[in-house]
Amino acid sequence: MDQEIDTNTWARVFREAADLGVLQLHLSGGEPATRRDLVELVKAARDAELYTNLITSGIGLTQKRLESLDEAGLDHVQLSLQGTTPELADEIGGYSGGFQRKMQVAEWIGEVGFPLTLNVVLHRRNLHQIPCALEIAQEIGARRIEIATVQFHGWALANRDALMPTREQAQEAIKIVNRARKELKGTLVIDFVPADYHDQLPKRCMGGWGTTGLNIAPDGQVLPCHAAQTIPHLTFDTVRDKHLAEIWYDGPAFNAYRGDHWMPDTCKSCDRKEIDFGGCRCQAMALTGDPNATDPVCAKSPHHAAVKEQALAHSAHGDDVPLTYREAPGKRADAAE
Amino acid sequence: MELHDIPSLPRGVRLHFDKVRENWVLLAPERAVTLDPVGHAILQEVDGTRSFGEITAALADKYNAPEDQIRDDSAGFLGALRTRRFLDVRP
Repeated sequence: MDQEIDTNTWARVFREAADLGVLQLHLSGGEPATRRDLVELVKAARDAELYTNLITSGIGLTQKRLESLDEAGLDHVQLSLQGTTPELADEIGGYSGGFQRKMQVAEWIGEVGFPLTLNVVLHRRNLHQIPCALEIAQEIGARRIEIATVQFHGWALANRDALMPTREQAQEAIKIVNRARKELKGTLVIDFVPADYHDQLPKRCMGGWGTTGLNIAPDGQVLPCHAAQTIPHLTFDTVRDKHLAEIWYDGPAFNAYRGDHWMPDTCKSCDRKEIDFGGCRCQAMALTGDPNATDPVCAKSPHHAAVKEQALAHSAHGDDVPLTYREAPGKRADAAE
Repeated sequence: MELHDIPSLPRGVRLHFDKVRENWVLLAPERAVTLDPVGHAILQEVDGTRSFGEITAALADKYNAPEDQIRDDSAGFLGALRTRRFLDVRP
């Protein structure tokens, strides 16, 4: 089942998604540019009348390929950046020379004319670089910047000691973003994901489990969120043998956390249950071992105090904590949402 | 927005009829905005050549409504899109 699904299957799934009411497709990863059929996939998505967005590190994109993507009808590009100075970006990305290459790709994107969003993932070691990231975004002509404080799943979870921001940093970041939003109004749109371990209210994860979006893994498994596979009791359907609508409406993984039937009393009786839906299931799993628990970021969670303490402990490490890299960065491809 | 300003939808922002929900939406980078009939009527007139004044005059005529009110409504709606970079405006 590790095999990635082929071009024709993706094309069918795009049509099924559009019929189901999906409006936007994010080609993401891993790194979607590793798919040799990327241009064909974009064309198939546009033929299905989906708004098509490429989320990329930029590595693997040439000027010629961007021109082909343009012809295929690609609507938008989101370019991810990890740290705004070359040294830091390359250390986090684990790819030497990556930053220069990205800036070159950004220039080509501008030449083709794609609308561009710059995505910057922040953590303790680069949170101070928000002003620099805002400058780069303007320099490369981005309409929008997504400043996301790292969410601790997967790779980041293993690196909490190196990446957890301090509380002061988290507060400072909010101030800088609010100021920049005023100054850059109408020029650069700023979307901001704050550091949630330091928060009192959990995030409305995925806009609500099974309400707003879905992820399709490269092998065709359909996930309610990209980290859902960290929840051991869930089973996932695959587009290889089921129609996407059937998976969305009847799939056990989607129904596991839809509505409030699964909620602990803390959530069920809470007046915010339809605002944050009890927070992030994967985070509840990672931090309490129970995916049905209230997200421990919530002040009402019995685990909240322990998580606060943990956050402080993680953030108190020096910047010499070594990073653990993924086995093969950029080797997985193509998730649709 | 001034009367002589010319609004246009930038690349990557387009009108789309959502067949499943049976309404018009504005598709933009990583966003979809559900349009009410008024918003749709305004955006249908935005063609990148006509000015804000011409557009609102046409709308007032088409819907037999006071031009002042149409201008206020349209300026508010288009201004909000402009702030989100879903609309370009050139003098």
